[in-house]
Amino acid sequence: MIRNELCTVISHHEIAENIYELILCGELASEMKEPGQFVHVKVSSGQDPLLRRPISIANIDHEKKEFTLIYRAEGRGTTILSKKMPGDEVDILGSLGHGFPLEETESGETALLVGGGIGVPPLYELSKQLVARGVRVVHVFGFQTKSAMFYEEAFKQLGPTFIATVDGSYGTCGLVTDVLDFEVLSFDTVYSCGPTPMLRAIEGKYAADKKVFLSLEERMGCGIGACFACVCHTAENPNGFTYKKVCTDGPVFRAGEVVL
Amino acid sequence: MNRLAVNLPGLKLRNPIMPASGCFGFGKEFGQLYDLSELGAIMIKATTVEPRFGNPTPRVAETSAGMLNAIGLQNPGLDKVLSEELPWLEQFDVPIIANVAGSTEEDYVEVARRISKAPNVHALELNISCPNVKTGGIAFGTIPEVAKSLTAKVKEASSVPVYVKLSPNVTNIVEMAKAVEAGGADGLTMINTLLGMRLDLKTGKPILANRTGGLSGPAIKPVAIRMIYEVSQAVSLPIIGMGGIESAEDVLEYFFAGASAVAVGTANFVDPFVCPKIIKDLTELLDKYGFEHISECIGRSWK
Repeated sequence: MIRNELCTVISHHEIAENIYELILCGELASEMKEPGQFVHVKVSSGQDPLLRRPISIANIDHEKKEFTLIYRAEGRGTTILSKKMPGDEVDILGSLGHGFPLEETESGETALLVGGGIGVPPLYELSKQLVARGVRVVHVFGFQTKSAMFYEEAFKQLGPTFIATVDGSYGTCGLVTDVLDFEVLSFDTVYSCGPTPMLRAIEGKYAADKKVFLSLEERMGCGIGACFACVCHTAENPNGFTYKKVCTDGPVFRAGEVVL
Repeated sequence: MNRLAVNLPGLKLRNPIMPASGCFGFGKEFGQLYDLSELGAIMIKATTVEPRFGNPTPRVAETSAGMLNAIGLQNPGLDKVLSEELPWLEQFDVPIIANVAGSTEEDYVEVARRISKAPNVHALELNISCPNVKTGGIAFGTIPEVAKSLTAKVKEASSVPVYVKLSPNVTNIVEMAKAVEAGGADGLTMINTLLGMRLDLKTGKPILANRTGGLSGPAIKPVAIRMIYEVSQAVSLPIIGMGGIESAEDVLEYFFAGASAVAVGTANFVDPFVCPKIIKDLTELLDKYGFEHISECIGRSWK
């Protein structure tokens, strides 16, 4: 059930350079289930900026009716959002989209979670829920630089966590693929969220013999499937007129389902 | 008495509020959120003879109080609209206005002929104003003689009244309105989007893959109000007004300008519940300004 609700800011902190952790309280938290879903956020009440911003859900707390959004304050909209104070209300539409399929990894199996930059947040709720099901998790994350890194300790509580930074300021110097090429990791499934070139690399590396699930990002209008802004071609008909909508068919797709 | 009921050619509307074409798909997404029978009508997404994928992404870019889109008439094609989309909408007690598009006159005639026979299609909206396709669309909507000729052919093929959707991207909108009136149009819908562009500050290149797109949202409302004000006094056709409507107050302004009904577009993307909200607010607003019936508001701005 999609609902529109004014949620209350419980806490709001800059947890890394330009990266904010926003904890909101609202009834719609009780309907959030799948990790990897997103909410559509109206950052101000007026006409400017007009459209909502899609932001993935990083953590769900059903008991407290709270949920966490982690986002990068980069454009005008997210910069406005970053000024919200505890007690303020934020206009939320959600929860939207299809998230990561937990049931694809059996209890006792191992899941590899690969995240890049601001694609890391939804993997936190995913990792928590996998661990709760008895799945072993291994995390491999890439960031631009150490100061942009977040949640390393939180992820370490759930499973082994490898970090790469592009500038070499922390962990492995390079990209997540540099970690994946070097470390000997055994796993049954792969869940990934991050920039499209990273998703392509993950798909190329593992899709042939593993179950791989990728969370895509695309500019959105409505977030509910009506405006056709965020469509992508299907892999079986890459130049045809069949399509998937990132907002409602995704944002998580099985590797090989859509053209990246 | 239903104070919001409006009768237009082919359309008995329980209220004058309908979602605009291209902003509501074929209703399925919003059908999960509220009862579509609450709406006055539904303008479905433009339908072409053949299925279309539309333009490459990015297809939307935000602007001050508005947005640019270049979707490119993505739709599943006439056959599928007739066999799946329209039958699904039959569960609701709501008239459908089918938006008709194409690349050639023959395309338009073919879509109009077949889609107008669907039982829940009560009127057509002739799309001669889409700015985001290479052929068809706006190419038919900027030269009066061309628009008149196409209107006449579609009118002949259609089993239901034909409303022509006008483009604001013309020098003289009144001339266009008169031309399609002479071509036999039963009504007008106006306005379509304004052609616009945004550039990326890092690359210097257009944000939209299509380079240009159609501007919609509150930013264009004054343009639409002015055009409806001019056209409604120059022709005798009823007008369904659109462009940046997001409140009952906006609706009243459109009626004062000369519209007889309105469509809500971009606002559906910001608040998917906006149409039922406007319908609910409208009666109260009539009380506030002392009107018995919404029809009393039409053309209040005329001298």
